[in-house]
Amino acid sequence: MSYEIVGISVLWIFLYGYLIIASIDFGAGFFAFYARLTGKDHLINRLISRYLSPVWEITNVFFVFFFIGLMGFFPDTAHYYGSALLVPGSIAIILLAIRGSFYAFENYGSKKNIVFLFLYGATGLLIPASLSVALVLSEGGFIIEHNGIVSLEYLKLLTSPLAWSIVALALTSVLFISASFLSFYASRADDQPALELLRSYALFWSTPTIIAAFTAFLYLSQHNERHFQNMMGLWWLLGLSIVFFLIVLWLLYKGRHYGWAFICLMMQFLCAFFAYGIGHYPYILDPYITIQGGATQEAMGIALIAAFIGGLLLLVPSLALVFRLFLFDADYVKGKK
Amino acid sequence: MVVDTVLWSRLVTGLTLSFHVIFATIGVAIPLMIVLAEWVGIRKKDHHYTLMAKRWTRGFIISVAVGVVTGTAISLQLALVWPNFMQLAGNVIALPLFMEVFAFFFEAIFLGIYLYTWDRFRNPYLHWLLTIPVVLGAAMSAFFITSVNGFMNQPQGFVLEGGHFSAVQPLQAMFNDATPSKIFHILTSAYMTGAALLAAIAAFSILRKGATDYAKKGLKLMMGVLLVFSFLTAVAGDTSAKFLAEHQPEKLAAAEWHFETEKGADLIFLGWLNAEREIIGALHIPNGLSFLAFSDFHAEVTGLNEFPADEQPSLIVHYLFDFMVSIGFILLGVSVLFFLLLWRKWNALHRWMLRIIVFGAPLAFLGVELGWFYAEMGRQPWMIRGYMRVEEAATTSPSIVILFFLFLLLYIVLGTLCVIVLRRLFRNNPAEAELEKAAKAKQEALEKEGDLA
Repeated sequence: MSYEIVGISVLWIFLYGYLIIASIDFGAGFFAFYARLTGKDHLINRLISRYLSPVWEITNVFFVFFFIGLMGFFPDTAHYYGSALLVPGSIAIILLAIRGSFYAFENYGSKKNIVFLFLYGATGLLIPASLSVALVLSEGGFIIEHNGIVSLEYLKLLTSPLAWSIVALALTSVLFISASFLSFYASRADDQPALELLRSYALFWSTPTIIAAFTAFLYLSQHNERHFQNMMGLWWLLGLSIVFFLIVLWLLYKGRHYGWAFICLMMQFLCAFFAYGIGHYPYILDPYITIQGGATQEAMGIALIAAFIGGLLLLVPSLALVFRLFLFDADYVKGKK
Repeated sequence: MVVDTVLWSRLVTGLTLSFHVIFATIGVAIPLMIVLAEWVGIRKKDHHYTLMAKRWTRGFIISVAVGVVTGTAISLQLALVWPNFMQLAGNVIALPLFMEVFAFFFEAIFLGIYLYTWDRFRNPYLHWLLTIPVVLGAAMSAFFITSVNGFMNQPQGFVLEGGHFSAVQPLQAMFNDATPSKIFHILTSAYMTGAALLAAIAAFSILRKGATDYAKKGLKLMMGVLLVFSFLTAVAGDTSAKFLAEHQPEKLAAAEWHFETEKGADLIFLGWLNAEREIIGALHIPNGLSFLAFSDFHAEVTGLNEFPADEQPSLIVHYLFDFMVSIGFILLGVSVLFFLLLWRKWNALHRWMLRIIVFGAPLAFLGVELGWFYAEMGRQPWMIRGYMRVEEAATTSPSIVILFFLFLLLYIVLGTLCVIVLRRLFRNNPAEAELEKAAKAKQEALEKEGDLA
C-alpha cells in the first residue's frame, strides 16, 4: 500500500473518531441546556458533566489532529480549502473558542451561569453544522479556481439542497449518537431517571437521522454522480450500516444492553462513513486535489506515518488509562469518587 | 480603496499570536511549578505545598482552556490566512506540526487524569507522577512549534526546484540550525515568566493580607525558581545572539543598529536615529557587540548594509530587543536581591521588595511579547527566509479586515472573562479558608475513627 493511501486512511479513521466523540460532546452540551430549559437538569446534568469534564480537551485535539494531518499529507488542501474557507473557517474557530473556553469557565469557575450554558448548547449545534459544510465542499462545484485565485461560491452553497441535507444529517447524528452514549453511561451509573430521559432522547432522534441520511444520499446522486455510483458499488457496507441501525433501535426500544447498543451504533456510523469515504476516492477536493496528485513527498509521508505510529504507542495506553479511570470505573461513574 | 491584505493578514496573525503566547507561556511553565509544589509537599509532609499545587492547578486549567482554543485558532489560521505558506512549507515542515498535536494530546490526557484523581491513589507519589507527562507534553509542544518557527528563520532539509521544495528531509528541516538556541531560549524564558507570575501572586497576597505561612512558602519557592531560570534565560539569550551573528546576521544587526561591517563593534543601547541613519543619544559599550556575538572583543560583526535594502528588517526592532534584554536582567536582579536580603537576614518581605516582585509579572510577560515581536519582525520581509516573502504567502481575500475586528472582539471577551472567572475562583475562596476547612475535615475524620475505636 502506498504512503498516501495509508495517510488518507489514517486521517479518515481519525475523522471517524472525532465524529463519534465530538458528537457525544456536542450533543451533551445541547441536552444539558435543553434539560435546564425543561426543568429536568437535576436528572442528567451531573452525569453529563461527570463524563465531559475529563475528556473535553481530548475531543478538541482530535479535530486539530485531523486538519494538521490533512495539511501535512496533502499540502494542496491548505491552498484550496484555506483560501476558500477564510470566512467560514474563521467563524468555526470563533465558535470552537467560545465553546471550549466557556465550558471551562462554567465548569471550573465557581458560579453556574445560564448564559455560558446557552452558548455551550447552541455552539454544540452550530459547530457540527459548520464543520459538515467542509464535506459538502469536497463534492466539488462550490470551490472555484480562476486565474490562480481560489474562491467559494456562497450563493450556490446556500441554495444547495445537498448542503442543507448534509447539515441536517450532521445535526440529527450528533443528537442520536450523544443520546445513545449518554444512555449507556447512565445505565453504567445505574441512574434510572437519567437513563429513562436519555433513552427517550435517543429513540426520538433515531428516525430523523436515518431520514436525513437517505435524503442526503439522494441529493448526492444529483450533485455528484460519480461519488453516488461508487457508493452504490459498496451497497453491502451501506446495507450493514442499516442492519446495525436496526439492532440499535431494537436494543434501545427494549431498554437493555446499552453497551452493545452503543457499539452497534458505532458500527452503523463506521460502515456508512467508510462507504462515503471510499466512494469519494480518488478526490479530496473534486476536481482539484486527488490523493495521488496532492500527496506530499514520499520522505515526508513516511516520516508522518512513523510519527503517527510512535504517537499511537504513546497515546493508546494513556487513553486506556483514561477509560479505565473514568468510563469503566463503576464507582467513578456513579459519582462515588 | 484597495485593501492591503498582506498588512491585515499580518495584523490578524500578530493579534492571535500576541494573545496566544500569554497562555502558551503559562501552559508551558505552570506545570513545572505544580510538580515542584506537590513534590515539596509530599517530601516535607507539608499540606501548604499540596494546597498550593491544587490551587495553581485550578487556576491553570482555566488558562489552559484559553490556550487550547487560541492554539486551535492559530493552527487553523496558518492555513486560512497563509494558504500559500502552508502549501509550500507543508511539504517540509509538516512533521513537527503533526507531532505537536501528539504532544499536546499527551499533555491533555494526563492533565485530565491529574485533575480528577487527587484522592484516588493511596501512594501520593503515584498522583505526583501524573504531572511528569504534563510537564513533558507541554515542553514537547513548545519544542515542536518552535522548530517550525526555527525553520522559517533557517530553512533547511530540501532543494528548491521549479518553485517547489523537493528532496525533502523532514528531520533535517525540524532540527535546523535555529532550533536548539530558540528552544533553549523559549523554555527558560517561559519557566522564568511562570515563576515571576506565581511569585507576584504570593507577594500581592502578602501586601494585601499580611504574611501568612502559605504565601511566604509560595513566594520563596517561586523566587528560587525565578533565580535559576532568569539566569538560564540570560545564558540562552546570549546563545541566541551568538547564533544570530553567525547564521542570521541581518537580524542581530538590525537589533543593534549595526550598519557597517567592522571589527570591535560597539554595543548600542537605546538612542534614536536621525534622517541620515546616524545614532544619537545612545549608550555605547565599546566592543560590546563583538563580544556578545563571538565572545571576542575584536571579532568582525556583519553590518546591515551588506544586505539589499528590500531585504532588511525594520529598524524599530532595536527597541524591542533592548527592552527585552533589560527586562531579563531586571528579573534576574530582583531575584538576586531577594535572596541577598534573605541571606543577610534583612527584611526580604519589605513592602517595596514585594511591590517590585508584583511588578515583575507584567514585566516578564511584556518581555515574552517583545521577544516574539523581535523574532517575527526581525525576520521580515521573509516568511521563509530567502525563499518566500510575506506578501507571497498571504491570502488575497479582503474579508481579512473584518476578521481582524472579529478576532479582536473574541480575544477581548475571552481575556476579560478569563480574568473575571479567575478572580471569582480565588477571591471568594482564599487559601486560609481552604486550609481551615481541610483541617476541620481531618479533625472530624479523626474523631469518627476515635468513635469507632
